[in-house]
Amino acid sequence: MIDVRRLVKTFGWKPVLRGLDFHVEPGEFVALLGPNGAGKTTFLRILASLSRPSMGDVTVGGYRLPGQAAAVRRILGVVSHQPLLYGDLTAEENLRFFGRLYGVPRLELRLGEVLEMIGLSVRRRDLVRQYSRGMQQRLAIGRAVLHEPEIMLFDEPHTGLDQEASQMLDGVLRQVAARGRTVVMTSHDLLRSAELATRVDILSRGVIAASYPGTSLEPAALPALYREAIRG
Amino acid sequence: MVERTAALPLRRGGFGRAVAAVVWKDLAAEFRSRELIGAMLVFALLVVLIFNFALELDIRTRSTVTAGVLWVTFAFAGTLGLNRSMASEKDRGCLDGLLLAPVDRSAIYFGKVVANLAFMLIVEAIVLPVYSLLYNAPLFVPGLLGVIFLGSLGYVGVGTLLASMAVQARTRDVLLPILLFPVILPVLLAAVKASEGFLQGLPTADILPWVNLLLVYDVVFLTVAWMVYDYVVEE
Repeated sequence: MIDVRRLVKTFGWKPVLRGLDFHVEPGEFVALLGPNGAGKTTFLRILASLSRPSMGDVTVGGYRLPGQAAAVRRILGVVSHQPLLYGDLTAEENLRFFGRLYGVPRLELRLGEVLEMIGLSVRRRDLVRQYSRGMQQRLAIGRAVLHEPEIMLFDEPHTGLDQEASQMLDGVLRQVAARGRTVVMTSHDLLRSAELATRVDILSRGVIAASYPGTSLEPAALPALYREAIRG
Repeated sequence: MVERTAALPLRRGGFGRAVAAVVWKDLAAEFRSRELIGAMLVFALLVVLIFNFALELDIRTRSTVTAGVLWVTFAFAGTLGLNRSMASEKDRGCLDGLLLAPVDRSAIYFGKVVANLAFMLIVEAIVLPVYSLLYNAPLFVPGLLGVIFLGSLGYVGVGTLLASMAVQARTRDVLLPILLFPVILPVLLAAVKASEGFLQGLPTADILPWVNLLLVYDVVFLTVAWMVYDYVVEE
């Protein structure tokens, strides 16, 4: 579903990704861990076609980047730590706007389904700036799944959420994965990642330093494995 | 993995639908917050008032400076609006949300141009009668209104492109006018000269070269923006 070979990304003279190889099968849920500055967000932005690779081959859903970026964007849903929503529009208006941009068929019906799924039907006509951070993040997920993407990218989706909102978000993440979507999520939360993902990759110094199957991971062992991987 | 060779076909009318969606979103958000039009309008009226009291012109001199003062007012107020229009996209990461849509990114550009042009024309429609009253100048000349439209289109066309570049920088508020005014100089010059011609009742043959310059500028810069917008907004 996602195939990345020898990916290099530099900003000026500074290399962020240094020949990264990454492969994800359809239906996999991969958690990408790593310290600040490891290149997690840069990598996700390249997969999302928001940034161009400096070198290397990137294929998402069978389409090459950056050449077939519009086709990649059609099969991709992205959730960032920022909500990517308009505060002066209501939840319904935000979804309607993005639905029109994506050309979602039977949009009004789909809006109702998505608002129901994220539990915001009752507050659909409230302005987004009046929402709590947790509600905004749920709506952000609603925006990302509106066009029924095959692949979902989550960039530190739990940032700024309290315990209750984080648990609610976990529920939505499980729901998204249960529908057979391929998921790549960056995170700093080791235990949560091991719990949610089918595979845990650790990104350090611009390459994948270690990779573990999520199901076989002993949660207590993960911090030590993580420290070992980032020390190289 | 077998590589796909063709992109998924976009639905017919995807470009127009995306432009309309961006315009609708900008108008809906602005009519709810009134941040952008409010700031542009207050600023424009203040500039008009300041010029009125600072210049203390006699009737004959007024007729020669009216066009210049008018366009300086529009240009300054327009910069404020362009900055705000793109900053609101950047602040909550909304620009990324737009760029993630599977549409030709120039549709986003044209949507922003149409919305910004609408905001600028609304401000101009309110400023013109006030200016007319203060300066005792008959501004509702059909030719002048046409020049204001063409000048505003050129200004917003270039301004939206440069604001999309400047918004990536930390110093975007300072950067936009520095980038914009040198590029916009031909539009301002042609707009001032053509406006002056209509206000002084000059023969059409004398005004036409300036109107033609405005038309050519608009077409050239809208075309250039359409071609380069994808590269301008990508990292």
